[in-house]
Amino acid sequence: MNDRKPPEPTDDFDARLSRARQSEQKRYGKTGDSSNQQQSGIGQAMRMGVEMVSAIAVGTAIGWLLDNWLDTSPWLKIVFILLGAVAGMLNVYRLASGYGYAAGYQKSDQEEDKGKN
Amino acid sequence: MADAHSPITQFVIKPLIPLKVGGWDISFTNSAAFMTISIVAITLLMVLSMRGHALVPNRFQSIAEMSYMFIANLVRDTVGPEGRPYFPFVFSLFMFILFGNLLGMIPYSFTFTSHIIVTFAFAGFIFIGVTLIGIFKHKLHFLSFFLPPGVPVWMAPLLIPIEIISYLSRPVSLSVRLFANMMAGHLLLKVFAGFVIPLGLLGIMPLAFLVALTGLEIVIAFLQAFIFTILTCLYISDAIHLH
Repeated sequence: MNDRKPPEPTDDFDARLSRARQSEQKRYGKTGDSSNQQQSGIGQAMRMGVEMVSAIAVGTAIGWLLDNWLDTSPWLKIVFILLGAVAGMLNVYRLASGYGYAAGYQKSDQEEDKGKN
Repeated sequence: MADAHSPITQFVIKPLIPLKVGGWDISFTNSAAFMTISIVAITLLMVLSMRGHALVPNRFQSIAEMSYMFIANLVRDTVGPEGRPYFPFVFSLFMFILFGNLLGMIPYSFTFTSHIIVTFAFAGFIFIGVTLIGIFKHKLHFLSFFLPPGVPVWMAPLLIPIEIISYLSRPVSLSVRLFANMMAGHLLLKVFAGFVIPLGLLGIMPLAFLVALTGLEIVIAFLQAFIFTILTCLYISDAIHLH
């Protein structure tokens, strides 16, 4: 052990560690963060269906509750079913375009940061 | 006879130890029994397999180490270094759901993840927890969740309800996905199993299909536990980082 020289004596441990991490990320980076790509087409289709239906269900439930509370049946129900459908489409769009589930557009920023490192 | 072999009989909850406290039925059911079994199995796997501390792991130790590394990498990739405090929760969640799904693959057992109330309890707990984390970390900035930056002000009255519905639909879609996958798979297995004996010699065809389907179900058991976990990580990441 003692007769073997370290590769670069001026190098401190942190620099070597970060270099090792970078090379590892280069190797595994592609497979590490690919929750969307890894899935099969039918899996993604299932997720989109569930996403769409659940948003409409939540919109309907909110409309129902508000209608019962404010005694405005059926108007708020109609409005919130439509809003729920829009929210469902928004969710599906986010899922399909790879933004993940993040409200707003945070996911793409993170990926940009990763590319810089 | 027909009733006992109905495809949905497997989902019936039977009280094993009837128990009533103040009008509440809190019997120890077969669902609770399988939850207990899965917790005991996870604990045994983790504690017993890591007792050796071998440098070169044996089979069980490498299962424990692999599952640890898998979830640790998942948390690091999706949440980042700030996600370390949530690792124990995410790991327990993943193992519990995975064991629930896999124990359900044993014949005559019960799949507790095939009941929506169970998965909704997971998802609701995660949803409330993640919302509280977001509120504590960012105080009122948390509300910017519901209005993405760069949106014109006149769009706000329309966009905020949509974002709130989108946010509220998370626990619903999270729980429905796991529950629907597990229930549909087990239903399908049982329906095809019902064809094998009545078809006589031709029953070999549904039987062959069943073998393939069982393999698929085991894959789905892993996949759904993984998806549930990765979505939990994404929600935690959202609450921590906001935008």
